[in-house]
Amino acid sequence: MTRKRRRLFAVLLGLGMLAVATTLVLLALSSNDSLAFFISPSELKTEKGPDGRRLRLGGLVQQSSVVRSADGKTVRFRVTDGNNAVAVTYTGLLPDLFREGQGVVVEGKLGADGALDADTVLAKHDEKYMPREVVDALKKSGHWQEGAAGGPAQETAR
Amino acid sequence: MIVELGHFALILALLLAMVQASVPLLGAARRKAGWMTLGQSTAVAQFVLVSLAFAALINAYVTSDFSVANVAENSHSTKPLLYKITGVWGNHEGSMMLWVFILSLFGAAVAWFGDNLPPTLRARVLAVQGMIGTGFLLFILLTSDPFHRLVPAPLDGRGLNPVLQDPGLAFHPPFLYLGYVGFSVAFSFAVAALIEGRVDAAWARWVRPWTLAAWCALTVGIAMGSWWAYYTLGWGGWWFWDPVENASFMPWLVGTALLHSAIVVEKRDALKSWTILLAIVTFSLSLVGTFLVRSGVLTSVHAFAVDPARGTFILLLLLVAIGGSLALYAARAPRLKSGGIFAPISREGALVLNNLLLCTGCATVFLGTLYPLFSDAVGGPKLSVGFPFFNRTFVPLMVPVLIAVAIGPLLAWKRGDLAAALQRLWLALAGTVAAVLIGFYVTGGGPVLAVLGLGLAAWVLLAAAVEWAERIRLLRAPWRESWRRARSLPRAAHGMTLAHMGLAITVAGIAASAWQQERIEVVAPGGTLAIAGYVLHLDGMTKLPGADFTADRASITVTRGGETVTVMHPEKRFFPLQQMATAMTAIHTNLLADLYVALGDSDGKGGWTVRAYWKPLVPWIWIGAVAMAAGGLVSLSDRRWRIGVAARARAPRGARPAE
Repeated sequence: MTRKRRRLFAVLLGLGMLAVATTLVLLALSSNDSLAFFISPSELKTEKGPDGRRLRLGGLVQQSSVVRSADGKTVRFRVTDGNNAVAVTYTGLLPDLFREGQGVVVEGKLGADGALDADTVLAKHDEKYMPREVVDALKKSGHWQEGAAGGPAQETAR
Repeated sequence: MIVELGHFALILALLLAMVQASVPLLGAARRKAGWMTLGQSTAVAQFVLVSLAFAALINAYVTSDFSVANVAENSHSTKPLLYKITGVWGNHEGSMMLWVFILSLFGAAVAWFGDNLPPTLRARVLAVQGMIGTGFLLFILLTSDPFHRLVPAPLDGRGLNPVLQDPGLAFHPPFLYLGYVGFSVAFSFAVAALIEGRVDAAWARWVRPWTLAAWCALTVGIAMGSWWAYYTLGWGGWWFWDPVENASFMPWLVGTALLHSAIVVEKRDALKSWTILLAIVTFSLSLVGTFLVRSGVLTSVHAFAVDPARGTFILLLLLVAIGGSLALYAARAPRLKSGGIFAPISREGALVLNNLLLCTGCATVFLGTLYPLFSDAVGGPKLSVGFPFFNRTFVPLMVPVLIAVAIGPLLAWKRGDLAAALQRLWLALAGTVAAVLIGFYVTGGGPVLAVLGLGLAAWVLLAAAVEWAERIRLLRAPWRESWRRARSLPRAAHGMTLAHMGLAITVAGIAASAWQQERIEVVAPGGTLAIAGYVLHLDGMTKLPGADFTADRASITVTRGGETVTVMHPEKRFFPLQQMATAMTAIHTNLLADLYVALGDSDGKGGWTVRAYWKPLVPWIWIGAVAMAAGGLVSLSDRRWRIGVAARARAPRGARPAE
């Protein structure tokens, strides 16, 4: 095999690999459960029909909204951005940092009753750290407090 | 005072790094021996200074000096000594200190062990190490000073995040960084070779041990991180395709490719510029990983608090390092003379296939990890990429890798015979078919893909065994003859067999996760929960005081068929200082399957949420990873890396031992 043919072979192999990878990536991206779209509680209220896509909802766990079912396995709570709240149901063990009033990110699909049927609940390891999605949701709704100064009034004014 | 000395030592180290980055490089260009050897003394001095600074920081933690902001924010006087020390790298500033400490360690190691390197190459390698050191020392001193003082000093610290107070996590970052930073040596060698304009078998022989060492450390680091996530997070998962996990996995994938392509450079004098490119890309991905973790641009369960200034600085560092090295590559790589020619079906061909697939796999992981960033940057929707994406792109790409990994070692260099190789593998093939059939029978036709996954694992394992047995003519020659052959086989060959078998074991562990069982129940003391033939009796709950927490401890007797198997003690710990609770899972393993119990919340009426898993073969994931790293270490102990490198590189080609 000459040097030229070897180079041609390598290029073809590389292109083939690229084609395979592109196909796999496009197939994976077009399926419904590969991507989760970030959404805030207010957006969920106004946007109609997220057509079975996975949603990633960020906000704070509303105070005194956490209710456990009789068998103790399923938990219902509401996630709020200050203006709107969305009901969430989750079956399983909640993360250790999950608490009312804390930032949380839940992932799942919207059920027929308008509640988010979550299969993942994320609360952060670090109590000082607020998930980005939550910060964005709070900023959008105007309930984000930047330290002590720069209260909600400024944000809503925009 | 000690803290200020540490700070001062760090500044001196920066100045030395600047000298190291420039003088040896000029010396190599002008052939001035004195200037070139300066690189060695500065590398060693830099190591001493950074060690001093690091020791000063550790000392501040051990003595609980809360006038240091970093200590006050991340430590507490009541913390056990082990976690005071490991808490040093449980935060951003300290972990960057660890990064630089390991970097200077590797720099000094090149200076110490590089006696048989050509002086110009050694000077240039050390100069590139000096450049990396300069960048990171500047980063620490300008944006993340760990020695910043607080006035007035607080009475006590804010404590380490309880989740991080764990022996598994304590040693996870050092190993990970040994891997990340270890690849900097391969990078420096690559850049130095580009400057020299020469890559030969001897070069590959110097690069391989460094790459191998870094790769072993990274393998152990990733496995530890995954093991930690498995037993602490209480979800029973061991890999989440989380951005931070991916950040460590991408350099591992390309590093694995580098490890294999360097073999081709060493043995066959081919694939030179490709290997150089891989060395650059591997370390670049380590830098990208550092950027992803440190800048907080991606939401991740691991990310430390966000600071845009740091993100910008690392991004700049990234641009200079990656852009600079790639530009140099573009300018110089065409000049590298390519050597041996080979047919597509040959050992080189198999290694090229392995390289391409690993790099493609890495590219899909890269795309999935950064896709949210791209989407956000072009004004698209905000989204996150979940594990189904990675399972659908990465996993199919690894299937041909696993098929090829079994055949490759049996092909000859230059021109191989596929049919003959497969013929020699008939036993492995038969064993694989048997394993698949048994798998289908035992699981009742259970998930087809998982059974095939087990089949692949059997294929890789058996093929590695067959290849090894053939080499020592096991069962074909008398025992003494086989023993003699095994002893005279290079250590690198044993290492390869062990590492490939480790890969097979890990794959089996991953495939078998399809059969895991999960049960969540609220159980009151006296109640039971049944899973996978086991019955878990909750005997009772006790409250226990700990060092800096209080724990609710369950006592669960596990029986199977009426006989007591074990007593398990999952805990729920509460840390009053941080107002945080963590779950301590209990795991009972018989090495074939894990019984995994995590304690949830109390329902307030005496019942506790209990989550139980039965996970077949899950320990194999880590056993396999350890075997892979052990294989790397065995290979690293090969005498060929240590003696007579320079002499043998000049020896005639025919005299080289075949392998």
